[in-house]
Amino acid sequence: MFEPPEPRSAPRVHAIAVDQLVKVYKTTRAVDGISFALEQGSITGLLGGNGAGKTTTIAMIMGLVMPTSGTVKVLGAEMPRERYQVLHKMNFESPYVDMPHRLTVRQNLKVFGRLYAVEDLNGRIAELAEQLDLTEFLDRPTGKLSAGQKTRVALAKALINSPQMLLLDEPTASLDPDTADWVRGRLERFRKERGATVLLASHNMAEVERLCERVIMMKRGRIEDDDTPRQLITRYGRETLEEVFLDIARGRGEAREAAQ
Amino acid sequence: MSAVSTSALTLSPHRIGAMVLRYLYLLRSSWTRLLELIYWPAVQLFVWGFLQFYIAQNSGFFARAAGVFIAAVLMWDVLFRGQLGFSVSFLEEMWSRNLSNLMISPLRPIEFVCALMIMSIIRLAIGMVPVTLLAIAFFDFNIYSLGFALAAFFMNLILTSWAVGIVVAGVLLRNGMGAESLAWTLMFVLMPLTCVYYPVSVLPDWLQAFAWALPPTYVFEGMRALVMQHVFRADLMLAAFALNVVYFGAGVIVFLQLLKSARRVGSLLQTGE
Repeated sequence: MFEPPEPRSAPRVHAIAVDQLVKVYKTTRAVDGISFALEQGSITGLLGGNGAGKTTTIAMIMGLVMPTSGTVKVLGAEMPRERYQVLHKMNFESPYVDMPHRLTVRQNLKVFGRLYAVEDLNGRIAELAEQLDLTEFLDRPTGKLSAGQKTRVALAKALINSPQMLLLDEPTASLDPDTADWVRGRLERFRKERGATVLLASHNMAEVERLCERVIMMKRGRIEDDDTPRQLITRYGRETLEEVFLDIARGRGEAREAAQ
Repeated sequence: MSAVSTSALTLSPHRIGAMVLRYLYLLRSSWTRLLELIYWPAVQLFVWGFLQFYIAQNSGFFARAAGVFIAAVLMWDVLFRGQLGFSVSFLEEMWSRNLSNLMISPLRPIEFVCALMIMSIIRLAIGMVPVTLLAIAFFDFNIYSLGFALAAFFMNLILTSWAVGIVVAGVLLRNGMGAESLAWTLMFVLMPLTCVYYPVSVLPDWLQAFAWALPPTYVFEGMRALVMQHVFRADLMLAAFALNVVYFGAGVIVFLQLLKSARRVGSLLQTGE
């Protein structure tokens, strides 16, 4: 008797799938054949020293930079070729990217809200202002705010479309410890409420240890290690992620592996 | 969020409107930007207007051709200010380090260009309408009396200004702020060739071929024919329009190629010098 085949479950789409990714600028290999995949709803830290290739990797994930070879897929769409399938589901925050200084916070959020076709935009701005303690600054020019306040505005812009995927490039750089801790708390809350995928590039080990369930360590464009913060600390026989980072940055990880 | 189109060719009035709103907020917040739009065209008008008065007093020919210099300077400002309105709005994104935010948003490049074209017209209107009123008040020259011809001149000049503005924006994307001076000076390369203040016939023969390859040349010749001989040269306007279609199309292609190249070399990340 004919038996119908078992229904196959749809192939699982990774939030981000990077395969053999290479970026060469003239003679510099900024990213050198990296591969990784992120589950939807996960929060991952991308760690590495200056020039490790973190920012270039994030830029390729966002479609800002074209890979020399290899592929990047975001929610199943190949970047940058199919970017318009997913850009409305993503957002980005970095202290190195500003928003127009002369526009008030409310005006900036209105412009970006319209670009992302946010419904009930005024309601969304009020909601974000309350969550990020921006209500009293809403009608002040963005350029007149302090660094901490500007970071909160940038975060509001990054959350305006309730993104499924949030990319953060050193989100707490140049913030005092108290404000940085506050920002981390808001990010944790957003991820829990929205179930978003977060990829965070950072130099701040404590931040990554607190927020991330997985850490990808990069050095000279390559992935040096990839595990949970706890596993990395245990495997390297260290007390903190910062010590693991220093081991990798100074090549002691390779020496340790060679000795084993 | 509402349904979102995923095609690169989609034109969303909503996103174009968002960008226009962004530039209007900026203009509203800065009286110096508004003043800058008006003051230089006004200075130009007075210099050329008084020169016209002086020459007309000493030359019967120019007395008959009253207004030809004033019309020329107003037309030149449409061309130059149209391009500047386009390029400066684009530069605002680079000055404010906001370009990456836009490039990772759903805004399509072609929508960005449309917003810049709309802003070019708005900035031009803010600057030129008061100056045309000054021309009526001080020099008894009413450019609006040119009627339909004025519309044809304006359309052709603004199309050329956008074609140049689009290429400049592409070069800025690809090469960063080091290319900023192009935005301010590129149009001046065209000034002697487009024969703003003199007929094409005064150029050497070999240079005339280059002049006739530029749409504004047809407009300035047409303007002189209208003001001095009271003849509307539709043939010149059609030739200018045909050339504009070619240059505008080429400008869009060059812009998209430069944007692609900017993604390749990573200059969308670093938009400084």
